[in-house]
Amino acid sequence: MTFLLPVGPANAAPSTWAATAMIATVVLASTTGEVLTAAAMKSIGDLDEIRARAGMKGAIRSVATCPLFFAGVFFLAVAFFALLFALNHLNLSLVAPAAASLTLVTNAIAGKIFLKENVDRRRWAAAVLVCIGVYLLAH
Amino acid sequence: MAHSSLTARQYLILAFVSICAPLGDTCLSRGMTHIPAIALAHPAALIAAVFTPWIATGIALLIAFFASYLTALSWADLTFVLPATALGNVLVALLSRFWLHETISLERWAGIALITLGVGFVAQGPSLTERPSAATEARVKQVAAR
Repeated sequence: MTFLLPVGPANAAPSTWAATAMIATVVLASTTGEVLTAAAMKSIGDLDEIRARAGMKGAIRSVATCPLFFAGVFFLAVAFFALLFALNHLNLSLVAPAAASLTLVTNAIAGKIFLKENVDRRRWAAAVLVCIGVYLLAH
Repeated sequence: MAHSSLTARQYLILAFVSICAPLGDTCLSRGMTHIPAIALAHPAALIAAVFTPWIATGIALLIAFFASYLTALSWADLTFVLPATALGNVLVALLSRFWLHETISLERWAGIALITLGVGFVAQGPSLTERPSAATEARVKQVAAR
């Protein structure tokens, strides 16, 4: 994937544009993965109830036969490798807090648009507070 | 079935979600720093690393995290569950302060306070967006048609 991004010679600090692109890839892939996984679990229904009715095997089968779940896991895997790639070029103290806190805000937006979740003022405030908090904690 | 308030069991699963992820990550990081550097030319060394105690524990914790996370998503909103996962970072910071006696900078204390405040905000609200069931919708249409 190295040739896709203008990261320059090995060990040189990547440009701001390249760093932004790397972090954006992590954030977009993980948001897509989280939203697809959440949609999959909502379509399956309450796992505790399924487990009470059909046992552990039934619960595992209901998850393992849901295509939406595997689409979610695929994007989570893309996010994981994008994170490894970013860590190879950027400092952990930049990537980890930036990716973790931005993902919270993009997830609130995606949750509202795609999952039609009721993201009220309380949840917006929480997303922003937790986002700044994660940044301060990990920086 | 819509749960507007959570049962004790569901709170336990959320606690599991927030504790397992950071503990698993910590175990992985500890395990990976205690083994010699692995070159890309020798990927088999990565497989061997999986069977070292710290990494195996980390993987077990992360599997437990993913299972409880999926369970939580089956009865709560994504925007409700995600802040809960951030609470785990606070727990790890507090553990490192009081158990490993590391110092926590003022910035980090501020971060801990903000995350706790944010999670408290969300936890006070409903855990799941109420959606009218098919029966309710039919009834609403019936009433509207009159």
